[in-house]
Amino acid sequence: MAKLDSKIPKGQLSGKWTNHKAHINLVSPANKRLLDVIVVGTGLAGASAAATLAELGYNVKAFCFQDSPRRAHSIAAQGGINAAKNYQGDGDSTYRLFYDTIKGGDYRSRESNVHRLSEVSTNIIDQCVAQGVPFARDYGGLLDNRSFGGVLVSRTFYAKGQTGQQLLLGAYSAMNRQIGRGKIKMYNRHEMMDLVVVDGKARGIIARNLVNGKLERHSAHAVVVASGGYGNVFFLSTNAMGSNVSAGWKIHKKGAHFANPCFTQIHPTCIPVSGNHQSKLTLMSESLRNDGRIWVPKKLDDVKAIREGKLRPTEISEEDRDYYLERRYPAFGNLVPRDVASRAAKERCDAGYGINKTGEAVYLDFTAAITRYGKEQAHVKGLDENDTILVKKLGQEVVRSKYGNLFQMYEKIVDQNPYEIPMMIYPAVHYTMGGVWVDYNLMTSIPGCYAIGEANFSDHGANRLGASALMQGLADGYFVLPYTIGDYLANDIRTGKIDTDLPEFEKAEASVKSQLEAFINNKGTNSVDYYHRKLGKIMWDKCGMSRSEKGLKGAMTEIKALRKDFYKNVNVPGTTSEFNEQLAKAGRVADFLELGELFAKDALERTESCGGHFREESQTPEGEALRDDKNFTFVSVWEHQGEPSKAKLHKEELKYEEIEVKTRSYK
Amino acid sequence: MNLTLKVWRQANAETKGKMEIYPISDISPDMSFLEMMDVLNEQLMTQDVDPIAFDHDCREGICGMCSMFINGEAHGPDRLVTTCQLHMRKFKDGETITIEPFRAKAFPVIKDLIVDRSAFDRVQHAGGFISVNTSGNTQDANSIPIDKHDADKAFDAATCIGCGACVATCKNASAMLFVSAKVSQYALLPQGKIEASDRVMNMVKQMDEEGFGNCTNTGACEVECPKGISLENIARMNREYLFSNLKG
Repeated sequence: MAKLDSKIPKGQLSGKWTNHKAHINLVSPANKRLLDVIVVGTGLAGASAAATLAELGYNVKAFCFQDSPRRAHSIAAQGGINAAKNYQGDGDSTYRLFYDTIKGGDYRSRESNVHRLSEVSTNIIDQCVAQGVPFARDYGGLLDNRSFGGVLVSRTFYAKGQTGQQLLLGAYSAMNRQIGRGKIKMYNRHEMMDLVVVDGKARGIIARNLVNGKLERHSAHAVVVASGGYGNVFFLSTNAMGSNVSAGWKIHKKGAHFANPCFTQIHPTCIPVSGNHQSKLTLMSESLRNDGRIWVPKKLDDVKAIREGKLRPTEISEEDRDYYLERRYPAFGNLVPRDVASRAAKERCDAGYGINKTGEAVYLDFTAAITRYGKEQAHVKGLDENDTILVKKLGQEVVRSKYGNLFQMYEKIVDQNPYEIPMMIYPAVHYTMGGVWVDYNLMTSIPGCYAIGEANFSDHGANRLGASALMQGLADGYFVLPYTIGDYLANDIRTGKIDTDLPEFEKAEASVKSQLEAFINNKGTNSVDYYHRKLGKIMWDKCGMSRSEKGLKGAMTEIKALRKDFYKNVNVPGTTSEFNEQLAKAGRVADFLELGELFAKDALERTESCGGHFREESQTPEGEALRDDKNFTFVSVWEHQGEPSKAKLHKEELKYEEIEVKTRSYK
Repeated sequence: MNLTLKVWRQANAETKGKMEIYPISDISPDMSFLEMMDVLNEQLMTQDVDPIAFDHDCREGICGMCSMFINGEAHGPDRLVTTCQLHMRKFKDGETITIEPFRAKAFPVIKDLIVDRSAFDRVQHAGGFISVNTSGNTQDANSIPIDKHDADKAFDAATCIGCGACVATCKNASAMLFVSAKVSQYALLPQGKIEASDRVMNMVKQMDEEGFGNCTNTGACEVECPKGISLENIARMNREYLFSNLKG
């Protein structure tokens, strides 16, 4: 088994990337034509990598399970993308972006990778503008910025509430150019089923054509996994329905280590679950916390009356409301980081103050903002500031201009007018910081197999800052991987085409085939979703916002039992040789049922609290997260050993040379 | 709510399809349309009936994967939403709902309600890009100032999600709204001007080859577009096309 070597270049932090690039191996243009690269996934990381590799001259095969690369879930990102451009002249710099990201990650990310990310962030904006991405601009024609949580500068570039869409369509257009030139061969509606390893190196994949069910062998000199995060292990999340861990998990089982699986981001402002039929959750942007105040009633009687529909929240007087974030964190108030805000909402709901029928919702109230903006407008226009009806109308207009599209989305889903009645919100799983372990070159512990974007673990530590996911995806795909992959491929220029008749391909295909047939022939009694929902409930209850030794041990046992039951009693209709969504889903849920157990094991092992990982045993007397730097300043790197519960732990020690490790406080 | 669903069933591209009738009960008005379909599929599986295949992914109205022609309208009766954001409260208890795939020669049925929209991708391969390498050696972003109105219009055109509702709605199955949105986005930006002529010629040529119909300016596409893409884009594309032809 490969040994854990993060391959961080020597020298001063700020010079590492430049020096590294200057010294790694290159492949000549003539030789690039002889080399094939497979890219799995076409989100920001995968699409940008595929386009750039093809531009450089490699032969690229790209795969996505959707009907077009443009559907990848990066498309749903709302807020923006960070870059240390300092266009606002507010003191931003590469170092500040680097520092904010390390601190936001609660000192659990790799210093050298984060610094590189900050360095290339400015190139991303230049690149995207050159490609015609329509970022927001001011009246002078220059790019506009907004602020995001956890930082003191305005460095977020945006395209209204659709930044992810515009960036993905930019990367998709770069791919299209290469598809048109024949340098990328695109495989839509194809799913990666397994990695093929020949002589210890990644040499191809087994893919399944989702339209006709046929298994296909694809060979290459390197395989890049850009398949996104695994938030759907919780069943309900803000991820797309098809988002899955399978590509990452398959390579893990073939020898790629998996890092920090328990580091998950739970976003505080999502639309609450409305019933058992719920299939996914919808995010309400972090930007709303600039103007909304979060509260629950102080009295349990009021909670009861609201749930029974006898009382409206607007009828509760100010002194009977508990603005719990403002009460607990006077300095940051409603703008505490995501992990802190989420835990505080859970604490109130667990105490019985949740305000909807499921008991899992709090109010996000814009009344104060509407009044404030309304009075301001009345004053500016020389109207009567004491006319409450007028003030409300003027205030609502301001709020509409700022958040109109989000309010409309809320009204469509919940069927309540958020201008009149406070929004109901609750935390939901949003992003996974953990992922496949990679070295500085983004190579996994299998030679020739790379992981980029949300699929890897490297840049966000235990908590990701807003507007940094888009930055990392494009940094990896446009500007990091295309350089570092050459260092590896330089040794492959004489290899020639990889033969797909090799016994390793045959064996991998046979094993995929037998798993698919086993699902179809199982003829059990329960649907795939039955198991996925059960797994999600275990994960949410025991591995969610608050974790304890007892809960995590229970989760491991329950998941193992559920997995056993799944293989015995799952029912997958249809055949293997047709379009069969249930069959595709069965394979994904099978992998979630293994990952879930490793997730719980990782959370059990890490007895400290840090970022999104909160262990009940590790908190201050006031109930705040308590980090344990002495014992846990490391990345948990898991090596597969047949079963998730038997995975072997390796530790990558985290060394901070340019940053002083401190405690976060938002009081 | 109790409903009767008339759904198009077709095993694959080669076989003939037909409408099937399925009753469904206890539907909450708070469900999204696709959640109602999930419930129906769970029900069908317990009866040993093959679940209905339909495209979906993000379920928040942005990926463009979901389709469905519901009661004669692309994405159903609500305005400015995709099927995944359509909610059951828009229907009446006891109603019969007809569900068909998006129909167009250029969108062959794959199975049930799923159609093949790869023709859209091929139109994009023909010219839906600006030819700039992703080397990172481009000029500073702010050295290309862009008039805010143009930038905003380019953005509005760029918000097309490529779902195909325009094609499904058009009596001629024309793809003009879709193609013109991309042509407009780049035509409005200085970065896109250099290749503007080639782009519009190549994309229109590919659009015609894919078998999409002609535009007769009825404007139905704009009405049914879940993202409100404006008909103005078609006018802009026609102008670009004419200009390119005159230029030769």
